[in-house]
Amino acid sequence: MTLETFLSEKKPAIAEKWFHLILATYPADTSNFLKNQKDRFTNPVGHTIHQGIEEILDELIHVVDIGKVSPFLDSILRVRAVQDFTPSQAVSFIFSLKSVIREELEGDKNFAVSPGELRELDSRIDSLALASFDIFERCREKLYEIKANELRRMTFRLVQRANELGGEPDAESPPERKQ
Amino acid sequence: MKILIPFFAVIALVVIALVGAQASHALFGIWIPYAAVLIFVFGFIFKVLKWGRSPVPFRIPTTAGQMKSFAPWIKQNKLDNPSSSLGVLGRMLLEVLAFRSLFRNTKTQLYPGTKLTYGSEKFLWLGGLAFHWSFLIIFVRHFRFFMQDVPYPIQIVEHLDSFLQIGAPLLYITDVVLLGAVTFLFLRRVMMPQIKYISLPADYFPLLLIFGIGATGVLMRYFAKVPVVSVKELVMGLLTFSPVIPQGISSLFYAHLFLVSTLLAYFPLSKLMHMGGVFLSPTRNMANNNREVRHINPWNYPVHVHTYEEYEDDFREKMKKAGLPVEKE
Amino acid sequence: MATKVTTPKPDQLVTSIDFTPPKTGWMDTPTIIKPGTFCWGAKGKNLATVEFPNARDWNPSDQDWKLPENWQEIFLKGMEDLLGKYRSFKVFMDICVRCGACADKCHFFIGSGDPKNMPVGRAELLRSVYRKYFTASGKMLGKVAGARELTVDVLKELWYYAYQCTECRRCSLYCPYGIDTAEITIMCREMLNLLGLNTDWISGPVANCYMKGNHLGLEPHAIMNSIEGMIDDIETVTGVRVNPSFNRKGAEILFVTPSGDLFADPGTFTCMGYLALFHELGLDYTWSTYASEGGNFGFFTSNEMAKRLNSKIYAEAKRLGVKYIIGGECGHMWRVLHQYMDTWNGPADFLEVPVSPITGTRFDTAKVLKMIHITEFTADLIKHGKLKLDPSRNDDLVVTYHDSCNTSRGMGLLDEPRYVIKSVCNNFYEMPENTIREQTFCCGSGTGLNASENMELRMRGGFPRANAVKHVKEKHGVNMLANICAIDRATLSASMDYWVPGVRVTGVHEMVANALIMKGEKERETNLRGEPLPGKEGN
Repeated sequence: MTLETFLSEKKPAIAEKWFHLILATYPADTSNFLKNQKDRFTNPVGHTIHQGIEEILDELIHVVDIGKVSPFLDSILRVRAVQDFTPSQAVSFIFSLKSVIREELEGDKNFAVSPGELRELDSRIDSLALASFDIFERCREKLYEIKANELRRMTFRLVQRANELGGEPDAESPPERKQ
Repeated sequence: MKILIPFFAVIALVVIALVGAQASHALFGIWIPYAAVLIFVFGFIFKVLKWGRSPVPFRIPTTAGQMKSFAPWIKQNKLDNPSSSLGVLGRMLLEVLAFRSLFRNTKTQLYPGTKLTYGSEKFLWLGGLAFHWSFLIIFVRHFRFFMQDVPYPIQIVEHLDSFLQIGAPLLYITDVVLLGAVTFLFLRRVMMPQIKYISLPADYFPLLLIFGIGATGVLMRYFAKVPVVSVKELVMGLLTFSPVIPQGISSLFYAHLFLVSTLLAYFPLSKLMHMGGVFLSPTRNMANNNREVRHINPWNYPVHVHTYEEYEDDFREKMKKAGLPVEKE
Repeated sequence: MATKVTTPKPDQLVTSIDFTPPKTGWMDTPTIIKPGTFCWGAKGKNLATVEFPNARDWNPSDQDWKLPENWQEIFLKGMEDLLGKYRSFKVFMDICVRCGACADKCHFFIGSGDPKNMPVGRAELLRSVYRKYFTASGKMLGKVAGARELTVDVLKELWYYAYQCTECRRCSLYCPYGIDTAEITIMCREMLNLLGLNTDWISGPVANCYMKGNHLGLEPHAIMNSIEGMIDDIETVTGVRVNPSFNRKGAEILFVTPSGDLFADPGTFTCMGYLALFHELGLDYTWSTYASEGGNFGFFTSNEMAKRLNSKIYAEAKRLGVKYIIGGECGHMWRVLHQYMDTWNGPADFLEVPVSPITGTRFDTAKVLKMIHITEFTADLIKHGKLKLDPSRNDDLVVTYHDSCNTSRGMGLLDEPRYVIKSVCNNFYEMPENTIREQTFCCGSGTGLNASENMELRMRGGFPRANAVKHVKEKHGVNMLANICAIDRATLSASMDYWVPGVRVTGVHEMVANALIMKGEKERETNLRGEPLPGKEGN
């Protein structure tokens, strides 16, 4: 048996454990709520995390194509970027996957993983983590961009009018108007 | 702690009654019940008057459907967004009798995979409804102890309540439902993290107390049977203000009576007053006809405003320059 | 060679994260005021402008809030006063059974999971103080009865969470007793205002509105100037030059809209929509620079302040001698107009029952207030076939509609805007049932929380709404989120930008004007935003 088939078989168990570990990074009262409410619309945070990790695991089992896995990492990190986490806390959940998988490996006496395969898996997880840093950073940058945009939206007309009155060319359009 | 304090409080109440009734039947059979009823009646009235006397400055219904629109081709939701007194009455009845608001969460969703989800609110609605209705029916059934001849309607209630025809004496369905519902409401408080987080001793106490009342009642009816004739004699004595203590009534009955007395006395001081409060809730008992019928705020008072004249004084030159009409040149 | 591996247990990894869950009950878990979740403190000069007590500059992240010596006495006196004035407050303090039906109905709780953001949790923060000082059991039994002392930490907690509630009333819908957290937040904020504990984002607009007539602080010439810019843009797009009037006596109708529509995109496009529609109808109406604000940030400070700001609308209607008033697209503006204005500043017996000059429809449901919502007015026009519309001009839009909290749960205006939308665009899809109409989710930034320093909080609060939009985007390709609220137009733009990129935000009357075939218009190449109309992309 290869590590790949092992992971495919154990995927539901790994997903479940990983999900609970991610939720454990929230305060106790919060994580209980996130675990227990299943409706996509009444508990979007839990839903997003749950759906995201399933897809990430699917990718991880085979080859990690960062382009393909990014949207799923994004959906989880986008939530965490507005939830009181420092960058290291926000992406730490990726690393906890290593121990979740190792626990599964240890628990299964019938399968011994080759060090080569394990190294390969670790480096895939590492690349997920690196991608996560990028995504988290992008989300935070987006927040600042939104703050700046709000201000621009508010003042754009003012500047535009002032310039028109002064016979100057139009102010540069805000992003919305370029679309 | 939040659970232990009320738990031991109820245990203590039972012990007090069991021991105390041995010492003085009159205290537990006559004086405490009288006092409890007095506290209940006056406390309840006092509280409702206190609420009722406070003003309702604004008409602030929570509207839960399409309003009465300007033309009939837009259909009004007359019960969830009433614009007339009749509509409000309907809304209140739905709320009080069928727990309309708790019922609201009707949506179920498919969780990715196959898990079908259900709103836990639906269970709360069902549990709450089962609890309140069985409590009411049991209360009504008790009228057989309060009246010399058992009236026909009460006989019907008893008959329906025992239609399963199980056991002897016949099993009342509401006895089972009440104990089950109280247990559910209690477990829900203990097991659901959000609810546990906000629960106070004052939330556990009434549940445990009512469980105690139900349990002692059930024991008396089905297991440690008490002489019904003597009990009725005692109750009728109380009602006719010629109290008597008949012989042969067990301590269990006094425990039951003492717990009921505690509930009555506790009622006006506690959240149980939601029974009266629900009728006075301004978001539910007012019609959404704000733009059609004037509402007066009894304490409305004149306020300091920035008048147009002051505004024009501030900006007159700018206004004139912009070509705006002004009052004073 | 195969090998077994040993690693730290997952739990160990997790505990290495510096995030201790509260093991104590909520009363004993102090609140930490975190950046990104609160708005800057009010500036003393703004509070002084409107004669508020204890006006001073202060900073919520400072240890010292510069409270007056007798702050506790002031707060409790204020509470006693409000308990005597509002049956709602008194009843809602007494009858909650903590059943938890409201718990997961709040967008801030759903988006953050913070249990003090459960409506019942938020209310208990204040109820515990109520019990301590206003009930016998609380005075005697203290904590056992759920009572606690009003300390500085408790005061800070009250402030922190009073400004994490958007008074959207979603919780009140599910409450079996109709307990309305909005009402509790309103009272709490009013008491906090006695101590000068307001936010800059609210007190600034309040001072502006009081002195200059609108939240943005636009002076009369600036308002005209802004609208003239829109007139130019409308002419560019349609070839028709509209000609509105300002402060004109003798007009039939006064039009009042939130000042956000005058300045910030995409609200400005909605405003162009009003201008184009009214022009096409030849409506005898006027704008006012004095009553140039439909919204009411005073409502987020105290009842009295709200009334003071609101007074301008009737006063101006009277001065100008109009017959009635039409109000633009705004959320909390309409809760205030619908449920408060006549009680505060009525009776408006100098006005007449609104009658549409175009269709003759008498708006009897507004016979006392004498003010109608623009979607009522427009829905009536469309029903009577008075508008020539070409919905295909909006064919590039796949639209969904966000009900504003206030117009749905504080009024019940649900089908009028839908009728208008469906008449002016061909692709319309509803979001899931438990997220629309009376069950609508808040944008996450109402009641003066739409500042930028609390952006994280806003994004959390906006997540449930955005999540439902994302659903219809994936399912139906929705790319436009319509609404009838100025705050929505500003804040949902930000929320969509973050959560559901590719979905833009519009007011209903922007779409109306795009579909409206005007007399004497040129062949339109673009919509009001200057983007090519469907089928004209090549030009």
